[in-house]
Amino acid sequence: MNAVEVRDVTKRFGTVVAVDTISFTVQPGTVTALLGGNGAGKTTTLSMLLGLLLPTSGEISLLGQDMIRHRYRVLPRVNFSSPYVDLPHRLTVRENLTVYGHLYGVPGLKARMAELCRDLDLTGLLDRPAGKLSAGQKTRVSMARALLNQPELLLLDEPTASLDPDTADWLRGYFQDYRRRTGATLLLASHNMTEVERMCDQVLIMKTGRIVDRGTPAELFARYARDTMEEVFLDIARDRRRPDDPCRREP
Amino acid sequence: MILSVRRVAGLCLRHLYILRGSWLRLIEMAYWPLINVVMWGFTSQFLSNNSSWFAQAGGVLIAGALLWDVMFRGNLGVALSFLEEMWSRNLGYLSVSPLRPGEMVASILVMSFIRTMIGVLPAAFLAIPLYHFSLFSLGAPLLVFWALLTMMGWATGLAVSAMVLRFGLGAESLAWVMIFAIGPLAGVYYPISVLPDWLQPVAWALPPAHVFEGMREVMTHGVVRTDLMLSALALDLVYLSLGIGLFLYAWHGARVRGALLNVGE
Repeated sequence: MNAVEVRDVTKRFGTVVAVDTISFTVQPGTVTALLGGNGAGKTTTLSMLLGLLLPTSGEISLLGQDMIRHRYRVLPRVNFSSPYVDLPHRLTVRENLTVYGHLYGVPGLKARMAELCRDLDLTGLLDRPAGKLSAGQKTRVSMARALLNQPELLLLDEPTASLDPDTADWLRGYFQDYRRRTGATLLLASHNMTEVERMCDQVLIMKTGRIVDRGTPAELFARYARDTMEEVFLDIARDRRRPDDPCRREP
Repeated sequence: MILSVRRVAGLCLRHLYILRGSWLRLIEMAYWPLINVVMWGFTSQFLSNNSSWFAQAGGVLIAGALLWDVMFRGNLGVALSFLEEMWSRNLGYLSVSPLRPGEMVASILVMSFIRTMIGVLPAAFLAIPLYHFSLFSLGAPLLVFWALLTMMGWATGLAVSAMVLRFGLGAESLAWVMIFAIGPLAGVYYPISVLPDWLQPVAWALPPAHVFEGMREVMTHGVVRTDLMLSALALDLVYLSLGIGLFLYAWHGARVRGALLNVGE
């Protein structure tokens, strides 16, 4: 069973096609990236996977459950983190985690919170209001919230956006460690090439709502005869073709 | 649809933490009902000295002011509890949690009840030493009036929340103003018979008209009009169903438009 199965999914907003007939699967225990520029359809795709946004057509299943019809069966096993969604500012870190612990029905909540706070170095911040934390601290709290229910599938929207390189690097290491320890599946939307190169087993490259190429980072490097994901990304973004394409334009 | 008490309580906890952490919010909730009861108390005293009807029905204005606040606070409690999620840009995380829309509605109704109690009870108690009027002297009918007005407040609050969900935070001021459209037709301080003939059927189509008429019957004649209570209840059920339906419809619409992820100030 695939952790994620997307079949012919389209999302239209009026006449605008935000996501155009995309299909892909994600194997359990792997890390997959949706890579693309601004407006490529990454966040729209993630939103549809989570059921925040209803697709115009197509089918989505997460962990073997149809997300359009049986969303609430799978949500307790999934979680999500985004720098564009906040936790209530006036609640302390402890209060925020307690509320979400109840919403997810986390057994042994206090012990789970203590474990996460230790792992994510949040113990000293527990009684601070979420609104008074730095960007890096907020990201760590958001991660603790996203990991409270030990998700089998973790969806991350630009997980290291607005973080300094040190914190971003630490967070990537943490995700990889979490995946190793739990066998969880990670799907992240990103335009951070380092992140994608370092973390991902599979890359889905999106452009104007479509998946225009896919493969492992090594496969993509070979296909485009490039050494970095950034070069591959620029080739696709600027419509330079693959080396085997006679119409290829050199930079 | 099965509601989880744990999840409803979990979301209530989020709002209770906010109230616990801010004594200013608690004061704000009780502030206007207190000011209102003081103003109507003095008005009532003045009119009692100059009108035999008011002298006979002592406290009818204060009772009206307090019970109107029950409906207003009921509406505000629902709308503000929902707006709180939008202001804090937290709706995205709530929407991907196992919390169902029905559970969210249940928790904001519970919070509205708590907010109404915090807002109106201090004013009701203040009227006892200040004007020698106890709202509680209405007896058992008070509980019925309270419940009926709360239901209408909830219905209005849910309609406001639906509009905010549909039109964004630009519509948030409706939380404070929309319910006042009902005010002239509710008969809070005067009987419905005062209204022009053509307007009276409109007033009778609203539950508060029945409640305030019933309140005056109890206070002036000592008569409990169960017919008025039952008609108010029937209308409340219609309006509350409409409010819940409108909210769930707006929620579905937000999922179609993708408005749940990027809402906020």
